[in-house]
Amino acid sequence: MTNHQLDYLDQLESEAIHILREVAGQFERPALLFSGGKDSITLVHLALKAFRPGKFPFPLVHIDTGHNFPEALDFRDELANKIGEKLVVRKVEDTIKTKHLTEPKGKFASRNQLQTYTLLDTIEEFEFDACIGGARRDEEKARAKERIFSVRDEFGQWDPKLQRPELWNIYNGKIQKGENVRVFPISNWTEADIWNYIRREDIALPSIYFSHERDVIEHEGQLVAVSDFIRLDETDQILKKKVRYRTVGDMTCTAAVESSASTIEDIIKEITATKTSERGETRIDDKVSEAAMEDRKKNGYF
Amino acid sequence: MDLLRFITAGSVDDGKSTLIGRLLFDSKNILVDQLEALERQSKNREDGEIDLALLTDGLRAEREQGITIDVAYKYFSTPKRKFIIADAPGHIQYTRNMITGASNADLIIILIDARNGVAEQTRRHSIIASLLKIPHVIIAVNKMDLVNYSQDIFNNILIDYAEIARSLDLPDVTYIPISALKGDNIVDRSLSLSWYDGQTLLDVLENVRVENDVNLTDARFPVQYIIRPQTDELHDYRGYAGKIISGIYKKGDEIIVLPSLFNSKIKSIEFGGKELNEAFATQSVILQLEDDIDISRGDMIVKNDHQPRVEQELNVLLCWMDNKPLVAGNKYLLQINSRRVRSSVKEIEFKLDVNTLEKNYDPAQASLNDIVKAKIKAASPIPFDSYKELRANGGAILIDETSNVTVAACMIQ
Repeated sequence: MTNHQLDYLDQLESEAIHILREVAGQFERPALLFSGGKDSITLVHLALKAFRPGKFPFPLVHIDTGHNFPEALDFRDELANKIGEKLVVRKVEDTIKTKHLTEPKGKFASRNQLQTYTLLDTIEEFEFDACIGGARRDEEKARAKERIFSVRDEFGQWDPKLQRPELWNIYNGKIQKGENVRVFPISNWTEADIWNYIRREDIALPSIYFSHERDVIEHEGQLVAVSDFIRLDETDQILKKKVRYRTVGDMTCTAAVESSASTIEDIIKEITATKTSERGETRIDDKVSEAAMEDRKKNGYF
Repeated sequence: MDLLRFITAGSVDDGKSTLIGRLLFDSKNILVDQLEALERQSKNREDGEIDLALLTDGLRAEREQGITIDVAYKYFSTPKRKFIIADAPGHIQYTRNMITGASNADLIIILIDARNGVAEQTRRHSIIASLLKIPHVIIAVNKMDLVNYSQDIFNNILIDYAEIARSLDLPDVTYIPISALKGDNIVDRSLSLSWYDGQTLLDVLENVRVENDVNLTDARFPVQYIIRPQTDELHDYRGYAGKIISGIYKKGDEIIVLPSLFNSKIKSIEFGGKELNEAFATQSVILQLEDDIDISRGDMIVKNDHQPRVEQELNVLLCWMDNKPLVAGNKYLLQINSRRVRSSVKEIEFKLDVNTLEKNYDPAQASLNDIVKAKIKAASPIPFDSYKELRANGGAILIDETSNVTVAACMIQ
């Protein structure tokens, strides 16, 4: 007897591929938002499974805050090159100049909020009607509430009190001109699922996910990389630590964790034993208020 | 390891969010920083105890009002299984969000407050469980601590509910007395409920059999997208991309394309750049056929045996989910899997009274949250199965073409 049962990773994989193909089937001008982090790298891997031997029916789009880890940017360019797919990069720096935006000030001045402006401009420029993203519901409370096909108005706003019903595996991507849909194919994956999948599929990642030595400062219990983008005060002590990144965001708002994990295997052991959540441990931008993510999403953020 | 998707339902204040919080807490799936955030938030409360319900209520409005508005998905695992929980709203106003969470569930936990017994929402959620054919039902009689862990009270609720289960034809119902607040019979056995010798909630969740819920007999492959590389070496390549929603396909199988009725044979089954000899539900694959025939998105590739029905007139049970009422004669887009067809609701035959389960014939219209039986006429033939027989090919949605909103869930009969 052959075994006709799919294991959980196969089920999650098939669900994600199905969603990616629904995007291809329902929209005129979709895009895949690519950050260079493990979740969007996983999305690209899933897109290869969904569309090869054909080309992707969408470009990869990166909203570059100018505060990225250089390792992630190099990886982004290499990956796009290797798979031969189109990469669109739009810079927050340019939006700041052309739209006269005010940059936040402070020690860890983050362009996270400003990213939304560039994203919305990019959507307008290319008339994207669907943007695929690597957000997961286990990351954060507001994300736990969002549909897989999440309709945004022409200002990119999410209305959490008026979400469309989403039944079975039937996705309704019908929108008015000017609106767009954010699509989250790996909504149902957890951090552990992503790592187990990366191991199983042997997916390459930027080096900063693995243990390396780095100059950091300690701030409220979190380790922040020394870079041109943060302000060093006299009281700051620069420490050399063996660290790795559990998530990859901006250098200003992503904290490193002390770790000697140098293989995927080590990382899986480490996160299985961890006592803190991914965003709790590594994101400086979520702690502002209990509803930080909800507010950003309402304003057009991913 | 396998995966169980379940939903929690029940009236407002029956303790759904507390139950999920308890389940995650006692199975050690809450992390330190999440717990600290809970403690911070719970400080504003008068009793000062950690409020596990805050773990799932994610929106500002939900925390302000202390109710759940939309489904929140939560994830946890034990060494035996992975779980996806849909924490659904109990308030009647948000039933459509509950249906969203219920549509993919393998199991539903319906909470009943031991002090109140079977309530209107218990009936409503049971009807939805029955309509959506959720294979397994757990009746969790909660707040047993507030009725002195009384066996009589539990038994009376069990007798009341058994009547509902019978009339709704619910196949597999398990009854468990619990206290989500105190942690009785959630993960650990309760000393206060020593008269109960059944399984704890987690026992049931870990052991309920789900592998039989996938149909491997009736082969259904809705085409989502056509892959045409148009390169020099793959000049004539046409791959039909889709997910096998039920059944098994083998290389060489004779197939029929619906609704066009073209015949062909499977030339290859591909996945991730590799050729497979066979593929089965619910794998996403690419099929190539021997013959170059006209197939587009929304068509269905089936086999000679166990074919679906292909018709234009459908009888459906329908949950209406829009604020504007459904009036017979209205036109909508009907979407079933990847197929979208213009259609019209010809007739509303009866409306179901959720309290008495009585059928009220010839209603003037259907309003938000009403469950009705209706006749739908589609503009072109649709390959479908009865929802009862094959969930994966018997569920459809209606889309209002003027607002683009999903306004109804249809279970085809």
